[in-house]
Formats: sequence, structure tokens, C-alpha cells
Amino acid sequence: MLRQGLAAVKSRACLPCRRWLASAASEKHGHLPSSQSPITSKLKFFKSVTEDGGQIPTYRVLDGVGKVIDGAEVPEIDQAFARKIYENMVLLPTLDTLLYNVQRQGKISFYMTAYGEEATIIGSAAALANDDEVLGQYREAGVLLWRGFGLDNIMAQCVGNEEDTSGKGRQMPVHFGSPKHHFLTISSPLATQIPQAAGVAYAISRSPRRGKNCAAVYFGEGAASEGDFHAGMLFASTIPSPTLFIARNNGFAISTPANEQYHGDGIAARGPGYGVWTVRVDGNDVLAVLGAVREARKRCIEEGRGVLVEAMTYRVGHHSTSDDSFAYRSRSEVEDKKRIDNPITRFRLFMESRGWWSSDEEEVLRARLKKDVLEAFKRAEGLPRNELKELFTDVYGGEEPWNIKEQREELAGLLKKYGDSWEPWKNELARFKRKGQDILQKTD
Amino acid sequence: MNTYQSIRDALSHALVRDDTAVIFGEDVAFGGVFRCTMGLAEEFGRERVFNTPLSEQGIVGFGIGIAAMGHTSIAEIQFADYIYPAFDQIVNEAAKFRYRSGGQYHVGGLTIRTPTMSVGHGGLYHSQSPEGFFMGAAGVKVVIPRSPIQAKGLLLASIRDPNPVIFMEPKILYRSAVEQVPIDDFELPIGRADVLIAGSDLTLLTWGTPLYHCETALHMLASPPPQVSRHVPESLRGAKVELIDLRTILPWDVETVVESVNRTGRLVIVHEAGLTAGAGAEIAATVQKKCFLKLDAPVKRITGWDTPVPLQYEKFYIPDAIRILDGIVETLIY
Repeated sequence: MLRQGLAAVKSRACLPCRRWLASAASEKHGHLPSSQSPITSKLKFFKSVTEDGGQIPTYRVLDGVGKVIDGAEVPEIDQAFARKIYENMVLLPTLDTLLYNVQRQGKISFYMTAYGEEATIIGSAAALANDDEVLGQYREAGVLLWRGFGLDNIMAQCVGNEEDTSGKGRQMPVHFGSPKHHFLTISSPLATQIPQAAGVAYAISRSPRRGKNCAAVYFGEGAASEGDFHAGMLFASTIPSPTLFIARNNGFAISTPANEQYHGDGIAARGPGYGVWTVRVDGNDVLAVLGAVREARKRCIEEGRGVLVEAMTYRVGHHSTSDDSFAYRSRSEVEDKKRIDNPITRFRLFMESRGWWSSDEEEVLRARLKKDVLEAFKRAEGLPRNELKELFTDVYGGEEPWNIKEQREELAGLLKKYGDSWEPWKNELARFKRKGQDILQKTD
Repeated sequence: MNTYQSIRDALSHALVRDDTAVIFGEDVAFGGVFRCTMGLAEEFGRERVFNTPLSEQGIVGFGIGIAAMGHTSIAEIQFADYIYPAFDQIVNEAAKFRYRSGGQYHVGGLTIRTPTMSVGHGGLYHSQSPEGFFMGAAGVKVVIPRSPIQAKGLLLASIRDPNPVIFMEPKILYRSAVEQVPIDDFELPIGRADVLIAGSDLTLLTWGTPLYHCETALHMLASPPPQVSRHVPESLRGAKVELIDLRTILPWDVETVVESVNRTGRLVIVHEAGLTAGAGAEIAATVQKKCFLKLDAPVKRITGWDTPVPLQYEKFYIPDAIRILDGIVETLIY
């Protein structure tokens, strides 16, 4: 049954090439040694993956006011599921607004919002199984929220307090991770997670109990310019690995607009070059994202190879708290996007049209989320950092190398000498659990 | 067994004992360009021993992903000269995986095997010794064996070590070094140097291929051939030189080296990589700090020159026996 389904898909996809084959009348001239490419006597260049030279279309279910567009099929979704999606979509900007503001007040060192990408992130999270392994770039905290990571863990990481299990306060804010939630720890170097995802997918496909999962890897259109994107797509297609590539094409890599990032038809156009099933989807339409990623995931696991989804969206917020995006794009452009094509409003209007949501509920939800987020932050802010000794742990597993032991002892000696008198250290020590005593005692 | 056979034997043990273990890289399926994976694909299947596309950053990134799931991934980089495209994945990712995740994730199952050092005619890109570049990458280990027994024991230990390990195999030894290697599954300790010859007058520290040049130099010191005997004072010919194989570059065995230098008062370090910021610089600085009052001569480093490894000039580039002999003599008479 399954095989028949795939064969049908394949034969449909092959129609254009068969036509090419016929017009080229190549059979009698044979094939090349390393390819089934037909021979043609016509010199013809091409630079589009679509037959007519046009752009790859974008899959959409809801229009800008939440109405189902002609011919579109609403993916299977019930009220409870829709409400969960909506609540998580609203939670994202609520969280972002608070953390963005507290960064501005100097209470955390850094932050990156996901404004405008709520549908892409929550819609794809909702389409995955909760035990699919996720490798993110940095703008995908919504996947963790969807999986029940919880606001306390989010805050603990951003504040870097003793409850930060993501990284014991070692990494910058928004670098989350949780094996329990099948979310590999975020790192700053772009695209490094992409070939890693192929390896993760290969490993889980070899695990007897995990054959029903994929590895989903998120990245922006800027990161797709890195060599690691090429490597990851290549490996997941060549060495069969169920890897679901989710490109968030939000139009900007910091200040660089997408048209300075590539000259081709976005990221989706590259998929076929790797022999990878590919789809482009309206990333501001949560139902389209849900439907496309569900189908992509199914295909990914059935065939055991990479599948690419390019979600077209728009980065409404600044790149990060260290960026002022109005230096390279106009405020009105952003305001227009927010007004005309708001993923949250679109889905809310759809919910309301089904009688699944009301403005009263909206008010209650927004008030509750705001309160939850604020309380979680206040709580996290009041907690001390980890013990200072964690500066030196986890570099290696097993026996601690001599140099690290020596250096920890060297710091302890310096703390004994200067810990009470050198202001920068004195002030910082007060913020750590046990105020650095753990290191001092270990040497005694 | 010669070295490539002992490595193949170690890989076979690793695959037998651990179902999650996989071996991959460029051209490993047919046996590898140095024969280190001969027959493994036939024996264990193409799912466990397979070729990858030609992309070093892909190989290491892929290996990290496998290891992050708790599996054992044994990656091959065809020549150490080509490890640099994977430098980011090794230094920013593999080395920092455990630390940055608060110990929640690690890639301890990752081992990167790669042929290293000169081979007589390798030129710029089949001769390099990049171990020094990884010496500052806290979180990885770097291991270099000197012989078939060492290669097997250290490779099995590397594969099972709870940290990512770069295992550099001196390629000239693949066929030339032959010895009786136990056929059973055994490990040799990582992070421990090996004292090959005990001595009291000078410590000679090296790893990999130059070990053989060091041995030759020591024979020449004891009984110099007529052509060079005038450069070797009679009084030095009975000198007792302690020869140490460092084996692990990171983390290196400071205890053994410092103990030795405190006894001998003299240290000569030999490596093929260029002088400036090579692994010898790190060791020399540490020994100078820890043995300052015991040193009777400056720490001498005999290394490749600060040039790329040139094809027709290789005999003058590598730290060969005559240069080592000269360095020992200069250090002893200082």
C-alpha cells in the first residue's frame, strides 16, 4: 500500500522529465557512463527547477483574514489541538516582549525574539512527534514550549541561574537544550547543526525502538549559505537518514536581505539538486505549515531520507538585542508586515470562524500568559547562579585532566587573595550559590 | 601485524563488541586508501561501514550527530592535511558539546582517525602534523601511536573513551612497522606517556614517526659512524638518554615528563610539525615552569621548519637522526 502510494507520487513527478526525454529523442544515442541523463542535440541552458522557468509555488491554506483559500484542504485538527497551537503562538511574543524589555533594562545580557515567525515555529512543532529529535538554530524556543519545557526552564537559561540545566549558565541566553524534550542544545556557530542532524537521524534510524522518528533541523536562509548546509543535505540524501530540514526564510540574515544571500529561487530550489523531496510553504499560515510539515515528516520517515521544507516568513523583530534593524529597513515596511500579514491574527480569525475562540477568551489568555511570564521571570531573577566550580566541570567526561585541576586551584588561590578586595570579583561572587566557597574549600 | 592490520583488527573488535558502532569516511567501504578498513564492510554490512560524500565538515558533523545519540561513531579523515574543513565542527562543536550543554549531551562516542606525518614524498598536503592546532581545543583528546601494538591498544581506548578523540596514525608506519600484536581485545591508557628507554642524563621526548629517528640518533650517540664521529665527543658516548613516547598530545602526561626532566636536568623535544606554536612550545613552557631549578640546559626543540612541508626538500625538512643527534650533543655539552 505504502509502496504503491510512493510509486504514484514518483510517476507524477517524473512527467516533465519524460516529456523532455521524448522531445530529446535520445534513446538511440545512449547514455553517459555515470548518469541516466538522456542525450539531446539541442543546446539548452536552464536555471529553474520548475518546468516553465517560474518560481516554486508557496503552499497556503488560510488567506490574510483567516479564510480557507479556494481548493485548500484544512489539515486534520480539532478544537483542543487548535487551541494549544494558538496559546503557544500567543505565548511566544508575550515571552519575547518581557525578555526583550528586561534585556533593555540590563537584567539579562542578550535576547533574540521570534516575532513574526510564530506560525512557522509552532506549526512545525505541532506537526512533529514529541520525541522527534530537534536541532535548532536559536529562534526555535517555541518548539520547547510546545513540548512542555516550561517557562521556569526558559527563564533559568536566560538568567543563567542555578536551575539552568540547559548549560549551567555557560552559554548566552536563548541557547536552550533538553534531552528530556529531545531538543539538542543550541550553539551559536551557524549551520553546524545541519550535518549533525543527518548523523542524529542515521543513529535513530538504527535504534530498534526509534525507527518511527526523524531528526528535525531548523535553520535560517542565511545559515543555508554555510558549507555545513550543503554537507547536511548531501549526507542525509546520500546516506539514507530521515532528516527533516526546516528552513525559516524570514528575508534577513541580520542586515543582509535574502536577495544578497542567494541568486536562485530561495532555499527550496536547492532541494531537488540533492535529490530531496521539497516543498515551499507560507510560514505565516500555521495550518499550511502544520499540513506541509506533517506530510514532509511522513515522507521523511517512510523513505528514510532527507526532506526539505522552506517556510516563507518575515523577521518582524530586530535580529537580536544587539541589532537595530531600522538601520537597514524602514519602520513602515515592518509595520505593514505586522498589520497585513500577522500569523497570530490569521489563525485567530480562523479559530473564531469555527466558533473555537472568542474575544473574551483572548483577553483572559493574554492576561494569564503575561502574568505567568512575569512571575517566572521574577522567580528566576531571585535565584543565585550555579556554584563557581562549574566553570571547570564538564570540559571532559571521566578523569579531570591535570591542567584543569591546576587552573581551578590557581583561581582558588587568587580568590583567597583578592576575592574580598577586588570589586569586580567581589560583586560577582555574591551572585553565585555559596559565593565561590565551593572552589575555595576544594583546595583546602 | 603491521600498523594498518592492527588498526583494522582494533576496528573489528570495536564493531563486534558494540552494535551501535559505525565506521565511515571517504573510500572506507572498499578497504580504505591505506587498507585500514579491509573487509569490514563485507563482514559487518554497509550499514555499519560506509562511504560518505567527499566533505570533511560533513563527515565530522555527521559523526557528532551519531555520537550525540549515544552511539559510537568512528570517522576517517583521509589525510590529516584535510582535517581543516572540519576544524569548526571539531573545535566549536565536538570539543564544547558536553560543556555547553551542562553535561546533558556529549559526543564521547566520536573518534576521528586520520593518517599523519611525512611519508617521503607527500609534499605540502600529504605530510602534515596538525596535532598542535588541536592542543588548545579543550574537550577533545589527541592521541598518536608509534607502532602496531600501540595503535591497536590506543585506538580501542580512544573509541571507548568518554570524550571525542582525534587519533592520528603516522602513515609511514602503516606498512613499515611490524610486530607481534595480541589478537585479543585490549586497551592502552590515554593520557599516559611511555618510557621506552630509562636514562639519567637527558630526556628525549617525542611521538609518532620521529621516535624511530630518535632511536637511530641514540645508536649514533653510543657508537657514531666514522663520518660524524668527530662531532660526538668521546665523553658523551656513554650518556644515558631517557627516551619517552608522549602518545597523548592532549591532555599530555605532565607527570611523567616533569619527573623525568627533574632527574635528567635536560630536555630535547622532537616533532615533525613546524617550530612556532607547535606542541613542543607548550611542553617546553610548562617544563620550564615546573623544572626551572633543575634545568641544566635550555629546553631544545628539534622540529620541522616554519615552512610548509616541501616535496623535493623533505630530507632537509624533517627532524631526522642527524639533527636529533646534534641537538642531544649540544644540549649535553651546554
